[in-house]
Amino acid sequence: MTQRPLLTVDDLWVRFPGRNGPVEAVRGIGFEVGREKVGIVGESGSGKTLTGRAILRLVPRPGQVTARRLEFDGIDLLGISERGIRRIRGRRISMVMQDPKFSLNPVMPVGKQIAEAYRAHFPASEREARERALDMLAAVRIRDPRRVYDLHPHEVSGGMGQRVMIAMMLIPEPDLLIADEPTSALDVTVQLKVLAILDDLVTQRGMGLILISHDLPLVASFCDRLLIMYGGRILETCRAAELQAARHPYTRGLLESLPRIDRPVRELATLERDPAWRDAPPG
Amino acid sequence: MSARAGGTMIEVDRLSVTFGRGRVALEAVREVSFRVEAGAAFGLVGESGAGKTSVLRALAGLVTDWRGHMAIAGTALGRRRDRGFYKLVQMVFQDPYGSLHPRHTVDRILAEPVAIHELDDAEGRIRRALDTVGLGPAFRFRYLILEPRVLLLDEPTSSLDVSVQAEILNLLMRLRVERGLTYLLVTHNLAVVAHMCDRLAVMNAGRVVEELTVDDLRARRPRRPYTRQLLQASLGYDREAAAQLETFD
Repeated sequence: MTQRPLLTVDDLWVRFPGRNGPVEAVRGIGFEVGREKVGIVGESGSGKTLTGRAILRLVPRPGQVTARRLEFDGIDLLGISERGIRRIRGRRISMVMQDPKFSLNPVMPVGKQIAEAYRAHFPASEREARERALDMLAAVRIRDPRRVYDLHPHEVSGGMGQRVMIAMMLIPEPDLLIADEPTSALDVTVQLKVLAILDDLVTQRGMGLILISHDLPLVASFCDRLLIMYGGRILETCRAAELQAARHPYTRGLLESLPRIDRPVRELATLERDPAWRDAPPG
Repeated sequence: MSARAGGTMIEVDRLSVTFGRGRVALEAVREVSFRVEAGAAFGLVGESGAGKTSVLRALAGLVTDWRGHMAIAGTALGRRRDRGFYKLVQMVFQDPYGSLHPRHTVDRILAEPVAIHELDDAEGRIRRALDTVGLGPAFRFRYLILEPRVLLLDEPTSSLDVSVQAEILNLLMRLRVERGLTYLLVTHNLAVVAHMCDRLAVMNAGRVVEELTVDDLRARRPRRPYTRQLLQASLGYDREAAAQLETFD
């Protein structure tokens, strides 16, 4: 980590108005991200995706985001104008979503979409942007970039589509990448290849990465640090290598509810959820 | 058809499944063979496009373009399945909400299989199902109301949170012991197969790459490079291992 973190989140809340008062989806969480790999892990409804979206001010209406501090590289993300946040989105902080099928334009060749992402942020000729896009396709280990450049989204496999998405998000060379379940729809071997690409970008370019996932063992084997979320709170923060020593009963429960390849488990543990976890002070 | 104690419950011999004809024909399953003993749980694993779900669908009678030999409880299967077959064998699909009518009440959804099979005591059967498994799983496994002997399970927990997955897997384990059910489980998740099954077949590009016991899988003793790679990748992220991944066709 560098001296000053890339991202500082302090007392972040996301609320949605409801019939019986506001529904609190994210409840006063705080964390920092440097030039490292941070995993946000939780089950559905834990608030992990909304946390990622809140950073980019992409929480859908009528959701409301408040924070004591939400700061990226010295910029107050909640205080700046809509125009200001648009200059950061994509260019300095990028987001990769789970399913490329919903994020790519179905009627435009994938290479052209990557080139467009480049031209949206940098003054460049079409030809220059094309060259950059081809380089980027090669960087995400697509074997024949020239052929793939002209394919439409329906002509590429899931794994290739996800690599195209990553190429598109990385071409402006962001400082921070938020990846929300970027590999959950992929086969395990393809998943590993995609993660290796992200890993190299963190090591080689010094990018910061927030990986949002439900897959605790995978995230633990990939990230440097983990935030375990439940009910809109961060219940536990630990170094990924020390996950097996995690203390919180929820984290322990998650670990023990998993079937294992290496040794048999007679009966899987089922989680006993303690309502107090939702209200406990952040740990 | 009746289920015998012991003996072979599911027999698949040189099964091939083809989709389409002529030049666009795709051979999704190529000469696949395996046997599952009565009361055992057998896993079919592989990555997308391996042909594992096609094997399951051929057994369930949902695919008609197949060659080879298949038998359940000693009775050879033809092109069509009669009602007796579906009373003995039920398929559990990946997404239960895709196969449930959104505007039918729980009661009507659960009573439907009983009505189709013209069985009596719908209420008693539903009550027994709800008592043993609870409402959520009763939805997911509503065909249990027919009290089948064989379950064909297609990725039964793939879209679930781990805590819900644990509940469903525990339930399936319990049902198998209590009722002596036979399972054929299709999944991409090696940990789930290791937990649920005794033996498994690894599929790639329509073929069975190898058949092995779960003990061999746990001890990391697969014979084939494809299985070794799949196992390595399933154990988590490793930069070195990722660099050495090969494509198998």
